[in-house]
Amino acid sequence: MDAPSGIERRLLGEMIRIRAVEETIADLYPQGEMRTPTHFSIGQEAVAVGVCAALSGDDVVYSGHRCHAHYLAKGGDLAGMVAELFGRETGCARGRGGSVHLNDREAGFIAASAILGQTIATAVGSALAFKMDGLSRVAVTFFGDGTVEEGIFHECLNFAVVKRLPVLFVCENNGYSTHTSLGVRQPASVPIHARAASYGMPSERVDGNDVFAVFRAAREAVAGLRRGNGPSFLECITYRWREHVGPLWDYDKGYRTKAEVIEWIARCPIKRAIERLVAEGLCSMDEVARIERGYQDEVNRAVVAAKAAPFPTVDDLTVGTY
Amino acid sequence: MRLLRYWEAISEATVQCMEADASIFLTGIGVDDFKGIFGTTAEAYRRFGAARVFDIPNGENATTGIAIGAAAVGKRPLVVHPRNDFMFLCMDQLLNLAAKWRYMFGGKTGVPVVFRGIVGRGWGQGATHSQSLQAAFAHFPGLYVATPASPADAKGLLVSALQGTGPVILLENRALYELAEEVPEAPTPIPFGQGKIVRAGKDVTIVGASLMAYEAKRAAEILAEHGVDAEVIDPRSIRPLDEAMLLESIKKTGRLVVADTSWAFCGFAAEVAAVAVEKGWEYLKAPVRRVTPPDCPAPVSRPLEEAFHPSPLTIAQACLDLLKMESSVKRGVSDVQASFAGPY
Repeated sequence: MDAPSGIERRLLGEMIRIRAVEETIADLYPQGEMRTPTHFSIGQEAVAVGVCAALSGDDVVYSGHRCHAHYLAKGGDLAGMVAELFGRETGCARGRGGSVHLNDREAGFIAASAILGQTIATAVGSALAFKMDGLSRVAVTFFGDGTVEEGIFHECLNFAVVKRLPVLFVCENNGYSTHTSLGVRQPASVPIHARAASYGMPSERVDGNDVFAVFRAAREAVAGLRRGNGPSFLECITYRWREHVGPLWDYDKGYRTKAEVIEWIARCPIKRAIERLVAEGLCSMDEVARIERGYQDEVNRAVVAAKAAPFPTVDDLTVGTY
Repeated sequence: MRLLRYWEAISEATVQCMEADASIFLTGIGVDDFKGIFGTTAEAYRRFGAARVFDIPNGENATTGIAIGAAAVGKRPLVVHPRNDFMFLCMDQLLNLAAKWRYMFGGKTGVPVVFRGIVGRGWGQGATHSQSLQAAFAHFPGLYVATPASPADAKGLLVSALQGTGPVILLENRALYELAEEVPEAPTPIPFGQGKIVRAGKDVTIVGASLMAYEAKRAAEILAEHGVDAEVIDPRSIRPLDEAMLLESIKKTGRLVVADTSWAFCGFAAEVAAVAVEKGWEYLKAPVRRVTPPDCPAPVSRPLEEAFHPSPLTIAQACLDLLKMESSVKRGVSDVQASFAGPY
């Protein structure tokens, strides 16, 4: 692909890193020390990584409840995230926010929130501020297909188009809102990207498990935003492997089949990226193993540090409300 | 000092703050139209133009989130709702995000957003255009909620909001808009949580915010004719609440009547009563009385509407009853909006 040299390896590495964090958290979660409802991104890493790789450091990102991958891909502090899950004072929200309220202002990951659609509006607001100040910064908001059913989604698309704001809407369509499939929630005849396009903005459906395709689409969209063309929309088709919230597998619960899960695991975004880079001679399996080990060490260190870190003191319970 | 009407004081505070701070912008439905939100935004639009004063589509929840997102990257948005009833459409962004932002993201930064909501009253505006939402907002930690009752307070509290760390909700009762009084020319902030003794007295304390501060003052004038010396307290902000001023007053009077523009049940009047009995029990010589609208939505038909809103007469009567004075209030006073005929 016609990308900066080394970008392919970077995209792969970022996905491997996020997977290492998530798998480790999933393994440790049943121990009961992380007392925060956690929505795992396992299987959906390519969207976060592909989009964030197209951004600059001073661009801003917002996300929803399934925010770990977006936070990490935008450069959010890994140790701060792990400590947050363990409820420690050293967490990125000082143990007050938990898994769904990650934030790292220095990295440009402004906020994640657990109510659908909230952070679509905040991204539009940040984009409004950038445009008012004549800046070339852009705002990105990640959300799932479920959020498309919220009124605020439509209010925000409308406003962003009317004001021609530099905001990229990234819909991770994983086919389910909790346990309810897309088909019983939204009109099948008009796909999400087409509904977005009807507001009058560039809108594209992308293979969300192909990190290179996501990166290409995001890079093109972001270039348009910086040129002042107004907002863009990406619908990234992907799939959540684990249960809606929590570390377990739930293909035996009746709302989806094991065959479907297995089919999507075969389309693992990391596996596909490795196959492609190895085939093109850009990376070897030994190198992949080395990268995996390196990130696993980083994650293990973060877990050790989080467990050793202090809890917030009860004296500070109400501090920070105002 | 010169006299300014309530709406002129709001306009002046807005313009002065926008002059001093380029990060402030003003938006809301119709802020740039020929009415300029009852005159409060017209001068700002004339001075600062469409770059900083602009209309916005309907979609109040998005508008709120947009303001929050702009504030997150350095702006100070001032959003106006010509009717606060529409702010029910913003509740998710206001209560689930703005109010919690500082705390749940680790206490690092807040969002300095300011929302003005105008409370309708009279002229048959009815169930969905006459509510007063202070209790609904004030329930949630993280928000500042203020209810200016006078032109000077309207200016000072708005200045406080636009200079502060937010988020702030200012509720302005439309019935107060034409009142005039001396207003300082300088944009001097009035801190939240600092009440005002509107009238000093020794027999009974009347607490009233927003329009009820004005009506309580008129009630005190009626009471004086009955030989009752009422103290009127305007808390000015609902959250934080100036508990010290309330307790100091009931220590002196031993009796408390709370008047509110909204319902008694789980309302602001209930909160004031709770503070009084929880922290000032030893001062109280009589039960606390609440004077509020009856437990029904606001009606339209004129006689019903007149009976619905607390008035100087009903407030004064409650005080006489509390003092176990067998007399009835001898005279009423003109309705606060007797001369009001729109524009609607």
